[in-house]
Amino acid sequence: MNALRDFLRHSGPGRWGFALTALLVIAAVCASWIAPANPAAQNLPMRLASPGPGHWMGTDELGRDILSRVLYGARVSMLVSICVVLGAGIVGLTIGGLAGYFGRWLDRVVNTVLINAFLSFPGILLAIAFAAFLGPGIEKVILALVLTGWAGYARLARAQVLQAKEMEYVLAARSLGASDARILIRHLLPNILQPVLVQATIAMAGAILAESTLSFLGVGVLAPMPSWGAMLNDARAHLFDAPHLVIFPALAVMAAVLAFNLLGDALRDWMDPRMRSYLVTLQLTR
Amino acid sequence: MLRYLSLRLLFALPALWLILTMVFLLAHIVPGDPVAQMLGEGARAEDLQQLRHVLGLDLPLPVQYGKYLAGLVRGNLGESFRFQQPVLRVVASHYPATLELAIVALLVCATIGIPAGMWAAERRGRAADRAIGVFTLFGLSVPNFALGPVLILIFSVILGWLPVSGRGGPSHLILPAITLGAALAAIMTRMVRTSVIEELSSDYVRTARAKGLSNGAVLFRHAFRNALIPILTILGLQLGTLLAGTIVTETIFSWPGVGRLAVQAIQARDYPLLQGCILMIAFSYVLVNLFTDMVYALVDPRVRFE
Repeated sequence: MNALRDFLRHSGPGRWGFALTALLVIAAVCASWIAPANPAAQNLPMRLASPGPGHWMGTDELGRDILSRVLYGARVSMLVSICVVLGAGIVGLTIGGLAGYFGRWLDRVVNTVLINAFLSFPGILLAIAFAAFLGPGIEKVILALVLTGWAGYARLARAQVLQAKEMEYVLAARSLGASDARILIRHLLPNILQPVLVQATIAMAGAILAESTLSFLGVGVLAPMPSWGAMLNDARAHLFDAPHLVIFPALAVMAAVLAFNLLGDALRDWMDPRMRSYLVTLQLTR
Repeated sequence: MLRYLSLRLLFALPALWLILTMVFLLAHIVPGDPVAQMLGEGARAEDLQQLRHVLGLDLPLPVQYGKYLAGLVRGNLGESFRFQQPVLRVVASHYPATLELAIVALLVCATIGIPAGMWAAERRGRAADRAIGVFTLFGLSVPNFALGPVLILIFSVILGWLPVSGRGGPSHLILPAITLGAALAAIMTRMVRTSVIEELSSDYVRTARAKGLSNGAVLFRHAFRNALIPILTILGLQLGTLLAGTIVTETIFSWPGVGRLAVQAIQARDYPLLQGCILMIAFSYVLVNLFTDMVYALVDPRVRFE
């Protein structure tokens, strides 16, 4: 708690990021209480209604309340991004940590072949392919994004473990008879978590973007579940007669991505300014 | 130099192999039957069996994999169901449009990113630097599927200045290129700023200033020229990312390239065509990265000796 207070006191962008993220979490958790209508409830006589007192953000082509769909869309985005970040983080930490710790042939195979290969072309392309072949559905989107997102964590974890395993506390643990598993889990993991946490925060933005992109392309979450990407795709057909259909989901995606980018940037600067160049390079090569 | 290039080519091979294999495996062993998806719900069992036989999906997996690799070596990516033509021919006919869009978007990215980054570096810590920082953060946060429709709304629907979609004259290129290049322009701005700031704090810059050179001369003739090496690498990397981004941008603007073709293939469940599109984009990405490394090695001799 003290650390959080210290972080918020020292970082202006961090405060904005934290506030936006808090709003997003509240929207996602409380969607069923604060949404004015059922997001799937159709009301054809009210189709394409402009924003007004009855519907603050208007209605879509089936007369569904856009505000409610934006709020429930936050739930989908948050659910997918948390699952993707956790899943990819666990897979990446395990693979990268083992490669860095045991080294030798395992490291060569994992780093040269697997990680390099996964990072040598855009993850979103592979995710689109996965999602297209797996078929639409929220769990398939999560699977596709975990399968394509683990490599960034693995590279970071490998680099951190390579550095940390030479430290004296590891040598001390080993001389006290600690097993490899104990050294990895009890000693190394807590010491490499800080940069992983920063990367996970930035990856939340990436996961929200990726989920929306897949849904925009029609291979993401299934209708009638509201997703910001799918809402934007539907809105394209009504650019001329109902532009509000574009504006609100676009603002929602932008705010969510901005929130995690701000938070991630601020956390990175707060924890270790030297991380900046490394993470930017990592993002660029993804 | 030749040794360096051979090594780079060798490192590109696992990536290429992985792409080929993953695209193959996706179509063959993922849960769910692609044939059932192609024919849709309610397809008869004999129709499913027949299509499986036609596509060679009833053969053992290693045999299918061997045939797939052999076909690729001969340039045979299969037949598109939708177009009733070889996949390679269909994809190749759409490729120039994608390349055109990606190159113009890269120009947009460089036109915005380089001057903005240099300006921010030169005015480090001042209001202009902070304003550019805010803009880059917004640029990074606006996804192209949100920016594209908003740009259409403003410049095509409300102002009526630019065409809504399609491929034609230069005016058709403006909105798709901005949509595709905006986020990368933001990344470029950040990277140029960081590189130039690093160069500006070097000893040779201090010497140049001590000689009495003007600010512009120090910035353009010294700092920028040395900062150009990492910038060049990023430009190359971004061309690859742009190629992947075309899937969304081409869909928004009905741009007749490989990206839109891939989405049409998804919608029509034309899996051979989808495989072909993904392979083409992924190959281009790997090749562009390889080319960038070569240029990098040419520009900076230190790279070749590391």
